[in-house]
This record gives sequence, structure tokens and C-alpha cells, in this order.
Amino acid sequence: MRKTYGFHGGIHPPENKHQSVRTPIADAGIPPELVIPLSQHIGAPAGVAVTIGEHVRKGQVIAEAQGFVSVPKHAPTSGTIHAIEDRLIAHPSGHLAPCIVIVPDGKDEWIECVGTPHYETLDKIELLELIRHAGVAGMGGAGFPSSVKLSIKAGTDIETLIINGTECEPYITADDVLMRERAEQIIAGAKILRYIIGPKDTLIGVEDNKPEGIAALRAAAQGSGIEIVDFPTKYPSGGEKQLIEILTGKQVPSGGLPSQVGVVCQNIGSTVAIYDAVVHGRPLISRVTTVTGNAVREPQNFQVLIGTPMRYLLEKAGYQPEKNRRLIMGGPMMGFTVPDIDVPIVKTTNCLLAPTEAELPTPPPAQACIRCGMCAEACPASLLPQQLFWFAQGKEFEKLEDHNLFDCIECGACSYACPSNIPLVQYYRASKAEILRLRRDHEKAEASRVRFESRQQRLEQAEAEKEAKRAARKKAAEQRAQTAGTDTEEDPIQAAIARAQARKAAQQTGAEEGELEKLEKAVVSSRKRLDTATAKLEQAKSEGSDLVDALQTGVDKTRAKLAAAEQALADHQQTRTQGSVGDKPPADAARAAIEKAMAKRQAEAALSPAEKARADLAKLRQRLQKTEETLARGKANGDEEKVIVALESTVVRLKEKISDAEEQLQAAEDA
Amino acid sequence: MIALLSQYPLFAALLALVGLAAVFGALLGYAAVRFKTEGNPIADEINNILPQTQCGQCGYPGCRPYAEAIANGEDINKCPPGGEAGIQALADLLDVEPLPLDAEHGEAAAAPSVAFIREAECIGCTKCIQACPVDAILGAAKQMHTVIISECTGCDLCVEPCPVDCIDMIPPQETLQSWHWDLPNPVSRRVEVIASDAPRESSPRDRAA
Repeated sequence: MRKTYGFHGGIHPPENKHQSVRTPIADAGIPPELVIPLSQHIGAPAGVAVTIGEHVRKGQVIAEAQGFVSVPKHAPTSGTIHAIEDRLIAHPSGHLAPCIVIVPDGKDEWIECVGTPHYETLDKIELLELIRHAGVAGMGGAGFPSSVKLSIKAGTDIETLIINGTECEPYITADDVLMRERAEQIIAGAKILRYIIGPKDTLIGVEDNKPEGIAALRAAAQGSGIEIVDFPTKYPSGGEKQLIEILTGKQVPSGGLPSQVGVVCQNIGSTVAIYDAVVHGRPLISRVTTVTGNAVREPQNFQVLIGTPMRYLLEKAGYQPEKNRRLIMGGPMMGFTVPDIDVPIVKTTNCLLAPTEAELPTPPPAQACIRCGMCAEACPASLLPQQLFWFAQGKEFEKLEDHNLFDCIECGACSYACPSNIPLVQYYRASKAEILRLRRDHEKAEASRVRFESRQQRLEQAEAEKEAKRAARKKAAEQRAQTAGTDTEEDPIQAAIARAQARKAAQQTGAEEGELEKLEKAVVSSRKRLDTATAKLEQAKSEGSDLVDALQTGVDKTRAKLAAAEQALADHQQTRTQGSVGDKPPADAARAAIEKAMAKRQAEAALSPAEKARADLAKLRQRLQKTEETLARGKANGDEEKVIVALESTVVRLKEKISDAEEQLQAAEDA
Repeated sequence: MIALLSQYPLFAALLALVGLAAVFGALLGYAAVRFKTEGNPIADEINNILPQTQCGQCGYPGCRPYAEAIANGEDINKCPPGGEAGIQALADLLDVEPLPLDAEHGEAAAAPSVAFIREAECIGCTKCIQACPVDAILGAAKQMHTVIISECTGCDLCVEPCPVDCIDMIPPQETLQSWHWDLPNPVSRRVEVIASDAPRESSPRDRAA
């Protein structure tokens, strides 16, 4: 007998396990529709690898793993891909998530499965790859990809491999029945794990409330060197860190991984899945799920295909919806209420609990904390739930972190023990999320700061470069001016510079000369173009080309342009003669623009507030009309939803602005 | 020499004090040069607290200039994106009374929104690109522009310059990954906390039996 240790705290809630172990595991069969969410595990969602209408066979990959922390999805039975769309999934948020919908053909045809009964012929890496391809993710709780968990960093010495058969939560018996009925497979799976990890000891930890399971495992483990360890029942001894402490007496450091103390843990369900994957080459496409609670007539365990709607499974167990207030996925301690009864079973669905109102009554209102300290006594992580509760209420996040909030395993023992019915775990969950959000925000702020500063630097640099170029040009021009003064020789470059200087000088003396020159040039070039166009037209006519019409319109256009240019020139000359009598035109174009803008601003300022407000209002109305038109068009064309949302928000904003402007107008008119 | 000093104790004391002053003066002078701090450290700390949206609602061109202004005595309540929490953090850092947010500089937004360009309407004028303080808009002249959502700080500065009004600020949509539990409302117990559902005195087993 191996010595077992205890852990701090823990509770003894009513077990309620006997209801669902009276019958052997039943096969749930093939439902009329299977919905497979792309994300059933921690990590990146899988990427779709099939198309709508495609026929798939049982075990075929329908979604590929994306990234290291991800696993693929397989078709649970043969059938046709009916849809790839967002569906409601088993998640407390009630959000939609991308799913692949399969309509089974009833033939249940397997792909060709290549098993490796002699797994010793493969090396560790190949086995891990096999497990990853089979889509095995932790089936006990969070659904962490098993292959990642088993990939131990080189140099880490693993002393103990622990197979977790604790199943400490009330009501759930999925692992219990696996131990009773498939002990051989569990032992075979444990041997594979032992081969991969290479530990000194391989232990299977089981609570002493499952004597049949323990007996079956002991019989199967005869002579294998795998030890079955039983220990007193206490919730939550199935928590990874708690189980490690019970079996080895070692505590996993805060924020650390079990491998740091030389331990690797795997769940019973995952062990069987790994056995199937390696020995039979079958991917993880079904699991054992407990259906229990007083609202089902026959509580029992089912071998159910992943993606089976919960309603189908519940009906198999004699579900009485009128008795059931809410449906819980998982156990009564750590489970959550599913948003809808039609959501699919996923890899982590170990239990469906359909309690009656009497069984799990609506929580009574929370009373004030009386500082009794029962939560601290119950906490398996040796935290101070009471302190954490105060800090969570006061949103003192730094203190929460100082009090090791992140060591909380959210087991719910504190909430259960609380005589004031305070939903303590809920406070911790929310605070954890808030702290993570703040961390993310801070990271983003840091990134924004860096981007802002590098942009600032870039702009300064660009400005400095421009300034340097300007200075260099100026210097060069001065030098040239000096050399031009002394140099008498005529060379084309000097001539060009002289021309440019002359032009500059002309601009400085008055814009009208430049303008005049431009207009004259326009007339000359237009005339030239007209000549060539006419010549081409003549040629085309003589050759009888079919381009005659096009050329004719070209000639007409050029002629019109020439006329316009001549007209402009004439106008300019006229104004010039007038201008010399009247006020002088502004010295250059830029100043003209500035003056124009200033005049406009003055005119605006001269307007009465009411007029201004009216003008603003008119402008806004115009914009609103335009946006509404775009929105209507977008809707009619079936544009992207994002675009429609954006447009709608603009319309709302504009309407707000208009009402503001109307108020202002009213105020201005009253004044 | 010693005889002289012992004869004039006042002179000896004076000499000792002058000597000490010279030694410590030299030490302090060296330390001032050797351990000179670069820039203004308090401005750095203030800048760390500011939300780095670079929106300019405070009246300064970015968070860094405002941080420097605060270090020189500017009010701490001019940053709407930082909100009350930001003002509180600044007040704690500077040990001053937290002031209510100055409404003149805008109201604190509920959630930071993200700019979205209706790409079909974009004419490629690059005006928003020039306005963006964190280079979060991608595009070129006469090419469609788009916002890099992960880099957008929601500062609003690109909306005004757009000549065709094709930029909107939309609040980010909650996804499965961004969803999280809310704090329970102490008044109405609408949360579904399963662990504490069954009151101690009437455990499920008693009821079931």
C-alpha cells in the first residue's frame, strides 16, 4: 500500500453517483444531425478542411489543427456536410461559434484505420504526432490538447505518471463506468503513456467511493507494474494539483506546471482515447457522457458521438422537460447552465445534469459576509477566499494578485461552504477576467506608445531631411548664380538655369506675366495638336479607315479646346489692361488662396449665429440623406454586415448631431 | 603642526569642518554627474498610466506631451479615455486629490471603439493615414485604405479629415474568446452559480431521498 497524503480544505457534498451506474454504458446511436464546433479545446480553433455537400466517412478529418496548441476534428460518422455555419454551442456566454453540420447517411462507414498494436516500434515523437492527429484533448475539464501536455521539455525528469480516475464531482460517473467496463483499455493506454513519458512510477489515483472500478483496474493491472492507489473521498481531490499532492505529497508551485515537480497527469477518458488512437488508429469521435438528475427517468451513461445534440441524448434517457428548470453541462460544482437544450456534445462534456427545482433550488439571495472563515477552511488551494472577496468587490486588482487569485482552481468549495450564500467563485472568475483584460490593455497601450513614438521620430527625421535638402538646393543655386556671373561661355545647362531663373523672376515681378505666358503656351500647343489631328484625319479619310469617326470627334474636341484657350487668353489680356487701372492683383497664387480663405472666414464670422446654425443644419441633413441612401443601397445589395452596422451607426450619429444642431438653431433664434 | 592645532582648538575645528565639507562636496558633485537621470522620470511614470490612445482630447498632441505637462503642474483630469480609474491612478502617483473628469475635454467612453473604413466608399486620399497617431491605417494614394484593428486605439482622429465620411467608430464585438463572467450583482442574484445552489440545510440527497 502506497502512503497517501492529504490536501488542505475540501468539502463533502452529497455524491448522488449511484443513480447513473445501475446500467452498463449504452450506445446512444446516430442522431439525425451532428454539429461539430471547430473549437472544443483550449487553443486555436481548427480550420475547416471540407466543403458543403461533400461526403465524409467516419473518422475522416473535417477540420485541421492550426498551430501547436490545437487539435483536428473528425467526422463522427459517415454522411454529408450539410452546412458550415455559426451555431449555438455549449458555452456559458450563449455566443454562436463556427460549426460543421453533418447529416449522417446511417451507414456508419469507417475510413481505413491503421492501428499500431506494437507501439514500441514507434518512437516518442511519432506517437505524440499520432495522438495529436487523433484529436485527443483533455476529456476531464478544460480540454487541453493531450499531445501538448505530454510534450515534456527535454531535460525535465519525470518521476511519476498519474492517471486521474478521481472523478470527485457529485453526479458524474463517466470515468467510473469506464473503469468498470474498460479497465483493460485503461491499463493498455497507461502503458503507452508510460512508454512515452518514461516515469519511475505509474499510478492510477481513484477515490474510495468507486470500489468496483478499483477492483476491475487492480485485476487488469496484475503484473504490469502500474499501481492503483485509492484514497478517501473528498471534493476536489480530482483537481490536478490536489491529486498530485495526495499521491506524492508534492505541491506544484504557484503559477507552475506539474512537470516542475516531476509529475504528468492524464485523465482516464483521455487515456482510453489515446489507447484507441494508437492501437486501433481511431480518432476521438465519441465519448462516455453521464446523463443524470431527477428530471430524467433513466439516469445512465452513454457512449455518444461528439456533435450529438443534447436534446437527442436526453430523450434517450427519458427527459422530462417540464420538471427541469435548467440544463447543466458538467457537475453541480463546476458546471455551467447551457444556453439551449439543442447545443451539441463536445469532447469535454462529461455529464449532462438535468435537476429538478427541488434538487438544485434557485440560489437564495446573498447575505452579508459574517467573516466566519468557513471558506478559508474549505479552500483546497489554501487561499483566503474572504479577503479575495473584499478585494474583488473593491476592484483592488493588485491586492488580488498579491493574494494569489490565479491559484484559484474555481472548484466552488468556498461558495458551497458559505453560510451567507455569497457566489464567491463568481467574484473570482470575474476578477480574473478583469485582470487579464487590464494586462492586455496595458500591453496594447505599451505597443501604441512605441508606435506613436516611432512615428514621431520618423516624422522628425523626414522633416530634417527635407530641411537639409532645401538648404543644399539653396546653396547650390547660390553657387551657380556666382559661377553664372563669371562664366561667359554659352552651354545648354547654363541656358536652362538662366531660363528657369528668368521664369522665377517673372513670377516674382507679377503673377500675371506667368499666367499670360501659360495661356499663350496653351493656345500654341492646342493649335499644334489641332494641326496634327487634322492631318491624321485627312490621312484616315484618304485611306478610308474606320477610325474616321473617332478622329473627327477628336478634331472637334481639340478645336473646342483651342477656342477656349484663345478666349481665356483674350479675357486675361482684357483684365490685365483693366487691372493696371484698378487694384493690383495679389503677388502670387499662394497669397491669393490665403486671402480667399480669410475672406471666407470673415464672411462666416459676419454671419449671425442663427444663419450659421442653419447652414450647419442644412449640411448635416444633406449628409444624413446621402448616408441613408448608401445604407438603403447597401441593404438592397446585401452588403457585408459590418458595413451595414457601420452605416447604421453613422445614421444614428448624424441624427443626434442634427437634433443638437436644431437645438442650437433654436437657441440662436431665441437669442 | 599638531602642536599648533592643539594650541588653537578653534582653528582645528574649522579646518576639520572645511575638510569634511570639501570631501562631501566632491562626493556629491561626482554622484550628480555619475548618476544623472535621463529625461524626467515622473513624466515617464505618468506616461505609463495614460492610456496611450494618442487622441489629443486633453489638448496636447499625444499622451507623452500631456504627461510632461502634468509633471509641470497641469491638471490630471483631462484624459477621457483614461476615465475615473486613470485619474485615480494619477492622483495616487502624484499624491494629489482626484478631480472629477473635466467635461470640457469630452466624456469617458464606455468601451474603446475601433475605426472602420467602408472600403467601397474610400477614395484613397491618405488624409486619415496622415491623421493616425499610431500608423494603424494601411493604404496608399488612390488605393483603398483599411484599419489594422489590433493597432487602432480608437482615438477618433481619422474620422474628421475623411472627405467622404467613410470612417466609422464601431464598438468592438464580443467574441467567444473575449467573453468573460461578470461580477455578480449583490442586489439581484441572477447569476447561475451552481456550487452554492443547494443551501446547506437542505442538501440534494435529503430532497432526493
